[in-house]
Amino acid sequence: MSEKEIVVPFDHQQSAHCETGVISNLMRFHGLRVSEPMAFGIGSGLFYSHMPFLKLNGIPVTSYRILPGHIFKRFSRNIGVEMKRMSFRDQDQAMRELDKVLDQGLPVGMLTSVFYLPYLPKAYRFHFNAHNIVVFGRKGDEYLVSDPVMDGTTTIHRTALIRARFAKGTPNTNGRMYYPVKVPTDADLKKAAAKGLRRVARDMANTPLPMFGSKGIPYLAGKLRKYQEKLGDRRALLYLGNLIRMQEEIGTGGAGFRFMFAAFLQEAATLLDRPELREKAKEMTAIGDQWRECAFEAGRMVKGRSEAGSSFATLADRLVAIGVMEQRFFKDLARTS
Amino acid sequence: MKKEDVPQDDANILEGKFKVVKYAVNENGDYVVVPSVGWEPENVALEQAWDVVHENVADAKKKVQAGESSTLAYHMEVNMMDPALLAQHMNLPARTVKKHLQPSEFVALNNALLQRYADALMITVEELKKLPE
Repeated sequence: MSEKEIVVPFDHQQSAHCETGVISNLMRFHGLRVSEPMAFGIGSGLFYSHMPFLKLNGIPVTSYRILPGHIFKRFSRNIGVEMKRMSFRDQDQAMRELDKVLDQGLPVGMLTSVFYLPYLPKAYRFHFNAHNIVVFGRKGDEYLVSDPVMDGTTTIHRTALIRARFAKGTPNTNGRMYYPVKVPTDADLKKAAAKGLRRVARDMANTPLPMFGSKGIPYLAGKLRKYQEKLGDRRALLYLGNLIRMQEEIGTGGAGFRFMFAAFLQEAATLLDRPELREKAKEMTAIGDQWRECAFEAGRMVKGRSEAGSSFATLADRLVAIGVMEQRFFKDLARTS
Repeated sequence: MKKEDVPQDDANILEGKFKVVKYAVNENGDYVVVPSVGWEPENVALEQAWDVVHENVADAKKKVQAGESSTLAYHMEVNMMDPALLAQHMNLPARTVKKHLQPSEFVALNNALLQRYADALMITVEELKKLPE
């Protein structure tokens, strides 16, 4: 381990989501200014999937975005960023490599498990192994951390960082780290944004399997109707609570990334000189508001405080309505983009 | 969601450490980031998830006290692990870890293995061998 103290001048900005936040912050360091929503849009981050066959902690996975790590991959491809990505078997080697890159004056992004990040509030610390942070310096055994979901930077002890970098489970984090080696500061943002937008619209409108894209929403609704009968009250409510968390709590910026996507549409309207996208943003905001209504109702059910009439069936009806709105929205967007 | 409608339902989930940010529209209809301390449905769902963890820990404790499980089973639950996940940390087959959850098997473990378990669960060997006071 190198003894030298190193602090890379890294401008930390808080974001709603870890992956898009890391993209935005790392790009700014390398001279390319992209907001979090723009990073989300260029990386075609928005999606929907409900996968009853894939369970995490015994609960089917529902996701409002594409797979972890893929926003960064698509962003890099669309912008022409060259990334160096590494994973390790050996912990010491993983830390040596991190130190080496820091010594070159470069901030490093990495995959961690929130369970092993002592600086985060206790209530957040489940075994969630896809949290992205940036390490931008080292003072003795303390590493300087820019965690995008926090309002300021923080530090983590070397021992804790090793644990977080080598967490096991879904997935094994394997000391994965990454940093840009080439960022085109004159990148064609217009082209990249248009491409990102097209991809989201197409995937949301046209992914063939029933559990993916906007039609995955009514698909979940169908499952939801049978939850109580199939699972019993307790498990049914646990499934419901998980839906709320996936939609609102895991750094989505509200309404399962729908508001962040609407913010992207607004920026894209100006960037691409397509004023109609500002109208689409308004529409997406209204859809996001419907998602929030769902979460609100689900929250009351979980708490056992729902008013008469609020049941799995009415919640499912709401979801079907959202599904119809999103299908129409993305078909239209796919046609015009 | 309008900027002024961004909920501020504080259930001390963030422990006052920071606020998270949400996207909402301002009076001109432009998106801005707005700090939030939480929202009731999120708080409720998170509390529900923790209730499950706490129930599992309480169940494990009872089983240890009844002599049905080793203390390893309790500390595994405190770390929110199942035998499969703990096995990955230990680089052992899951069935071996399951075996060690039995009191008779656990007492026979050698110090080296106990130390590895203790490291994986972020406690000392002494702590591993008992329930907390």
